[in-house]
Amino acid sequence: MLSQQDMLEAERHGKQVRSIYVYEAPVRLWHWINALAMVVLAVTGYFIGKPLPTMPGEASDNFLMGYIRFAHFAAAYIFAVGLLGRVYWAFVGNHHAKQIFRLPITNPQWWSEVFFELRWYLFLEKTPKKYVGHNPMAQLMMFFFFTILAVGMLFTGFALYSEGAGLGSWQDTLFGWVIPALGGSMQVHNLHRLGMWIMMTFVLVHVYAAIREDIMSRQSLISTMISGWRMFKD
Amino acid sequence: MTETFYEVLRRQGITRRSFLKFCSLTATSLGLGSAAAPRIAHALETKARTPVIWLHGLECTCCSESFIRSAHPLTKDVVLSMLSLDYDDTLMAAAGHQAEAIIEEVKKKYKGNYIVAVEGNPPLNEDGMFCIHGGRPFVEVLKETCADAKAIISWGACASYGCVQAAKPNPTRATPVHKVISGKPIINVPGCPPIAEVMTGVVTYMLTFDRIPELDRQGRPKMFYGQRIHDKCYRRGHFDAGQFAEAWDDEGSRKGHCLYKMGCKGPTTYNACSSMRWNGGVSWPVQSGHGCIGCSEEGFWDKGSFYDRVTDIKQFGVEANADTIGKAAAGTVGAAIAAHAAVSALARARSSTSHGQPEKEGEK
Repeated sequence: MLSQQDMLEAERHGKQVRSIYVYEAPVRLWHWINALAMVVLAVTGYFIGKPLPTMPGEASDNFLMGYIRFAHFAAAYIFAVGLLGRVYWAFVGNHHAKQIFRLPITNPQWWSEVFFELRWYLFLEKTPKKYVGHNPMAQLMMFFFFTILAVGMLFTGFALYSEGAGLGSWQDTLFGWVIPALGGSMQVHNLHRLGMWIMMTFVLVHVYAAIREDIMSRQSLISTMISGWRMFKD
Repeated sequence: MTETFYEVLRRQGITRRSFLKFCSLTATSLGLGSAAAPRIAHALETKARTPVIWLHGLECTCCSESFIRSAHPLTKDVVLSMLSLDYDDTLMAAAGHQAEAIIEEVKKKYKGNYIVAVEGNPPLNEDGMFCIHGGRPFVEVLKETCADAKAIISWGACASYGCVQAAKPNPTRATPVHKVISGKPIINVPGCPPIAEVMTGVVTYMLTFDRIPELDRQGRPKMFYGQRIHDKCYRRGHFDAGQFAEAWDDEGSRKGHCLYKMGCKGPTTYNACSSMRWNGGVSWPVQSGHGCIGCSEEGFWDKGSFYDRVTDIKQFGVEANADTIGKAAAGTVGAAIAAHAAVSALARARSSTSHGQPEKEGEK
């Protein structure tokens, strides 16, 4: 439904206006804070698993792992609170704000557009379509590789954090069950790290697709996430 | 009526002074504070000994070896006497039918009021024929004996999680006790073996307070398995400082830096080694310069190398760790993106040279 509505909206408006307001301020703010948090999380997380070369001097003069872990945990809280806020905004924001949380999988029209987009990315379509929000392919990717994965990272991450916070802490009460459920602490560490790699691979695709579409499609992408306005080029 | 613990102790020539010292030590090791010492003394003076049947399944007897070395001066005498260890085929003098008759006797006489301590686990394949106890599959003996028990203690990684005999591919289908027995309180005391004082501590707690200790999600007593090795490790300061041993003979190793990079499993292992240590507090693995191997964690044989921090994930069929999978994925996708970008640029250049701006032309 969404995408069909989306496309009609794009076609209708595209004729008269050159731009349309898509991403409201909270969504844009979240996007960039979240992006920053993810960069910090990935870098610090990498070095928690594979620490930097050993520090010289006395232990009392150094706190490198402590700072790295602090940055990781701080960024994790920002990531988590941001995600909660984003979920809230999916309820109160405009219909574009719901896109990454809900796939119109029962809509055949939407599926045909997913395949259209696939053909477009495979150079089998000459002319791209216009979309106000995410194109259906992007929406699909976003749902699985961001929304689902982010929730997974949140659960595994807080479960690992609960090991330090201790039995009976709220992190333990809410997320402690994840550790035995996934087969032990070591396993959760490994899966959390694998999740980081999948997320980073998705980031590569996401950034590339955004730049490419900004250049090759019929609407703006990158500036839209800054200003909120989708500009149509024709 | 069986004798009380105190009567047994006195009969064995233990002085009241030594007895009270034991009570204080036990109260401290259980984290109960000095006020609990008189309560422990009172309980030991008034309570009848609880019969314990100690069964051995598929195991290596390292739990027994650890248990009998419990280091507080009196513990081995005290606990072996306290327990009224009515059946333990490794330690008992009786053998054969005489020995097996004791199980039946205890079951009848103390129905619902005895403890079954299980060392090792039952294999289930081939109707349990991989472990025969008194001519019958161990799994049958275990089920029968546990049927009328008050509580069950699963000693060690074998009984709690399966340990090495349950490691992949687990040909005998060795199965932890809690997956075979249901409807009874089961206390998991993992470790390969568990620390002696942890074992005696769990037993003493149960006898003293007549209830099972508070357990965590995996059925382990919180007082000994509530924290990770890493949380109480004396090398933790080096971890936070970012000071690591990077080879077994480097300077960091000699200075006693953190063994995290050498694959120490302390950060993922719940046990009391770093606070209680081993052999009467003499030392413990990390203190002797080797990382923790995580022997008290579920399936520790199948969690990859003891010497890697990022270990192999075996769920995916291939033996690869998160970093190799991740780098391969990121590398492949990165290369695909570069190729895709090149083709995109080429396609765009070709279409704009042949007919200017194709999209705009189409619209007009």
